[in-house]
Amino acid sequence: MAQTRLESARMPGAEDPAGRRGEKGGGMAGKRLKAVTGVLARQGILVAFALFLIGFALGSDRFLSADNIFSVIRASAIIGVMALGVTVVVIGGNLDLSVGSMLSFSTVLVVDLHDKIGPGPAILVTVLATLCLGAVNGVLVGVARLNSLIVTLGMLSAIQGLTLIYSGGKNVDIANPDGTWFSLFGRGYIADIPTPIVIFGLAAIVLHVAMAYTPFGRRIYATGGNPTAAVFSGIRRSRVVFSTYLISAFTVAIAAVILGSRVMGSQNNVGQGYELQVLAGVILGGTSLLGGSGTIWKTVIGVLILGFIQNGLLLLGFQYYVQWLVTWVVIILAVWLDIAAKRGRLLSPIA
Amino acid sequence: MTAPDKTPAPALRLEGIVKTFPGVRALDDVSFEVRHGEVHALLGENGAGKSTLMKVLAGMYQPDEGRIFIEERPVTMRSPLEAKARGVVLIHQELSLAEEMSVAENIYLGELPRRSFGRVDWKTLYANAQAILDRLKCGFGPKDRVGSLSIANRQMVEIARALTVDAKAVVFDEPTASLTDAEKVVLFDIINDLKARGVGIVYISHRMDEIFTLADRISVLRDGAHRGTLIAAETDEDEVIQLMIGRKLDLSRHEREAANLGAVALRVEGLSCGSLFEDVSFEVSEGEVLGFYGLVGAGRTEIAETLFGLRQPTAGSIRIGDETVSVTSPADAIARGISLVPESRKEQGLVLGMNCRDNITLPQVGDLTSGPFVSDGAEVAIFDQYRDLLKIKTPSWRQAVGNLSGGNQQKIVIGKWLAMRPRILIVDEPTRGIDVGSKSEIHALIRDLAKSGYAVIVISSEMPEVLHVSDRIVAMYHGRITRTFDVDEVTEDNLVAAISGIGQDKVA
Amino acid sequence: MAQRFKTSPLGWLARNPIWGFIVLIFIFFSFANPYFFAIQNFQNILVQTSTIGLIALGMTLVMINGNIDLSVGAVVALAASLCIDIQGWAVFASWGNWAILPGVAAALTAGVALGALNGLIVWKTGVDAFIVTLGAMLGVRGLVFVYTKEQSFFAMNFSFSDFGSSNLGPLPTLAVIFLICAVAVHFLLARTVHGRNSYAVGGNRSAAVNAGIRVGPHMLVNFMIVGFFAALAGVTLSSQMGAATPNLGTNYELWVITSVVLGGTKLNGGSGDIVGTMGGVLAIGILRNGMNLMQVPAFYVLVILGMILIAVLLLDKQLNRKGKEEIRL
Repeated sequence: MAQTRLESARMPGAEDPAGRRGEKGGGMAGKRLKAVTGVLARQGILVAFALFLIGFALGSDRFLSADNIFSVIRASAIIGVMALGVTVVVIGGNLDLSVGSMLSFSTVLVVDLHDKIGPGPAILVTVLATLCLGAVNGVLVGVARLNSLIVTLGMLSAIQGLTLIYSGGKNVDIANPDGTWFSLFGRGYIADIPTPIVIFGLAAIVLHVAMAYTPFGRRIYATGGNPTAAVFSGIRRSRVVFSTYLISAFTVAIAAVILGSRVMGSQNNVGQGYELQVLAGVILGGTSLLGGSGTIWKTVIGVLILGFIQNGLLLLGFQYYVQWLVTWVVIILAVWLDIAAKRGRLLSPIA
Repeated sequence: MTAPDKTPAPALRLEGIVKTFPGVRALDDVSFEVRHGEVHALLGENGAGKSTLMKVLAGMYQPDEGRIFIEERPVTMRSPLEAKARGVVLIHQELSLAEEMSVAENIYLGELPRRSFGRVDWKTLYANAQAILDRLKCGFGPKDRVGSLSIANRQMVEIARALTVDAKAVVFDEPTASLTDAEKVVLFDIINDLKARGVGIVYISHRMDEIFTLADRISVLRDGAHRGTLIAAETDEDEVIQLMIGRKLDLSRHEREAANLGAVALRVEGLSCGSLFEDVSFEVSEGEVLGFYGLVGAGRTEIAETLFGLRQPTAGSIRIGDETVSVTSPADAIARGISLVPESRKEQGLVLGMNCRDNITLPQVGDLTSGPFVSDGAEVAIFDQYRDLLKIKTPSWRQAVGNLSGGNQQKIVIGKWLAMRPRILIVDEPTRGIDVGSKSEIHALIRDLAKSGYAVIVISSEMPEVLHVSDRIVAMYHGRITRTFDVDEVTEDNLVAAISGIGQDKVA
Repeated sequence: MAQRFKTSPLGWLARNPIWGFIVLIFIFFSFANPYFFAIQNFQNILVQTSTIGLIALGMTLVMINGNIDLSVGAVVALAASLCIDIQGWAVFASWGNWAILPGVAAALTAGVALGALNGLIVWKTGVDAFIVTLGAMLGVRGLVFVYTKEQSFFAMNFSFSDFGSSNLGPLPTLAVIFLICAVAVHFLLARTVHGRNSYAVGGNRSAAVNAGIRVGPHMLVNFMIVGFFAALAGVTLSSQMGAATPNLGTNYELWVITSVVLGGTKLNGGSGDIVGTMGGVLAIGILRNGMNLMQVPAFYVLVILGMILIAVLLLDKQLNRKGKEEIRL
């Protein structure tokens, strides 16, 4: 965030509109290089995706099989659905680090209530309870205007505690996993497609349409892009931010239903660390943490890249955790390329 | 103000400076010098190249061509640091201080005296800082936290910083923009003191009175070129202004067409907002342009923000049409037919990363729907309409607003609010930082709007602008209305008097 | 800096409200629980807070710079694993107790190196520290799992675990280390040129740049310092436990940032100090200890901590409001 301050401090005022980039006059070679980096940066995420796919396909003949592809997307669905919601929050100019522990809470809740009040009511209560948590985030960040990083960090802790209080520290499970229609969400199929994929796809389409084609989405972009100008345009900023947190919480509730149904049980810390994977997907999708830019469908790609990297590395015989190392490198490279293209040079000008 | 009797060697001299940015020749063969013990004012309209020249002086930009001499020795200055080391210091308009640090630490920022183990030598630091503060006769100590100082005192810290080196030339960029009159006096004393010590002063300001009080010589820039240097004692404002704008200052007024006046659209009575403005009353009718003239900080913008629901009034009433209303939010204001073109287009007016069309339709995007979706056709239609009306130059509506020129950006903001078809249109500094051509277009537009029945309030700090567009002019001073004029009873003198608080008692 | 605080004690408290909070909870627990007010317990609190406290010292520097380091928890695990594993290597079998030394050295070097890596990336690429260290948080944790093959290591040399529970005079050794480090970092921040320049870098970066302060190296050094302290915390923690697990240090970044923010350091940089951070660390330590003594389940502590963090933010916001005249954006 300090970075932006520097950028804006260096941005010359209205008097010299052309001084924007501080370019050193480059010849043809420089221009061509710029064109290449430009393309790389704009579509870098797709290029990287293609390279990974090709690499893994060459290394493992199972990688591109329909079975494998389905299983990757299916495994990515939980993180993916949450990443959609977090993308909305981030476009609105905020962060949500509480989604991981919120996922633990909701999964424990839906699984525990399943045997007590039946699947339907359990889902309903879970969705409502999760929305309440989202509303708390929304009030604190949207209405009280507190720093979203700290608020959601605090909520991460608080919700973790809440989950443990609710469950008494015990894990929960569903007694008869085979005798309930609840299994549809995590284990079932709709028209021969695994339900998690269907849900992920539907959620992505709904949110993409909402963000790209409705007044509501437009207001979120405006609020994230320039909150002051948004208010001066009559946008009720508090409501907009509040609703982004509701959306994020709702996607967590959906993810919890998928997860609970797939596992038919839940540990108290099942969602721990998910906020990282989710944020990694969002960042890989090219959504700027500064707000105001990003798209839902690119988040889908970001999440799938993470999924395919994980899967490909496993197929190539690497340990599970090697994917985290690769993710580390990929995230930084992705953001770096993006920034480098915008400023027209690879290294930062900081002394 | 007598010019130095014999001509001393220049402290700083620029020769044939050229600086181009892609597509713009910001400085075109500019030569400029400041002598020891001289105040040399630098003038020019926004965009004339003042700030580029200033950045070249201070080592922030490197010129493409031309040479810089300090005391007739050619030098290159690759950074502000290097410029400072050679004795050229820039006092920024935007203060560059670290608020959580002490005054002394800020004065010696980057050059804290050291002891062993990288420790700061506090004794030396405070002693040196105190010595400089004494020279400036500052009312605060070296150990005070900068964050606790007033804006004027912070500026003193900046000036103190310039005195840590053997300054040969000091560049002041609009130093009085946020100072009170008393603080100005102190600043001028300091400048005169520096001058007496043989320092060359470059003084950049828009305020004629200041320039004629301080300057020995005046140089004028226009369109990136040096248009002439005048000796202050031998010239007057008209000549300077003519040089600045390349023609005579147009203080013409439009012909009033009182017959056009409709019903009273807005009537404000006894409106106050804490100490920002007090007991403000005025009215504006349909078909009328009401100008608000005053210095920065007189409370004009705050009145606009209150009418637009961004501030809560502490007293008074607002009537729109026949209805007494309380405006609680911008959305509320918009619903009541008020539009505000805000003062700062980049911070308040535009989402720079968004495209032109979406910026224009932003306030009404909720109404441009077919079913649940934004109607692309309706949006493009509105964009096309206002692009044509305002002659906005952009390759396509898909262009991000941040890539447009200042004038076109301003037109987008105006278009955005015209598109709301308001009853009452408030425009705050409508032509700040845009070129002369766009300026007159916007002025003509404001007149046209009034003619077609809008009630328009124009807030401006430029006298020609208010005179040019207004039917009546409200003069403000320190949060109060000092006088309301019909445009034909205005003279330059009585208007200036009204905004400087002169004869306020008589009027009140 | 110290001179600024020569005003009344009340004024001092107004700038460091966390210490007032500490006094309140201290009095509360002293009356509420008979075991709380005891020298032995105070020593416990110091030892318990030393792990988070050490990292918080470094984090304060990084946050004053306007950056953040989310990877500290993973670095704790890596340092602990390295320390325990290497001291058990056959090569050092003949070294006796000296075998601990290469372990500790390797752990600290790894911490500093990872800090340097983070700092270098932030400096040279211009990518926000939040993203850089978020990546490192994941990557370094992955490194730990790969390195340990998901196994825990146990210290075979008992003098290593004895060290963790030893005393130096009247105080536990770990508490002494923590206090010495706190004084050292306070000195660094308040008295040295590097420390003072760090405020400038975080407070007004363009001013710092124009004054010739090299922003990049300052950030690099501070990242190395936080890496060092995270590794040191890993070493002391593994010495307390006599073991290292790959999950060690999970959520530590959360606790550390919470303490630092409680201590009054701003996320935007440019303000904060070690006195405040010590307050934040101790407040959390006393709360956890006191609630533990009163047999409040650990779950509630999590909830209460989260709420306190948010309450502090709310309070800060409320205190900084300009009242009715303010523009409502």
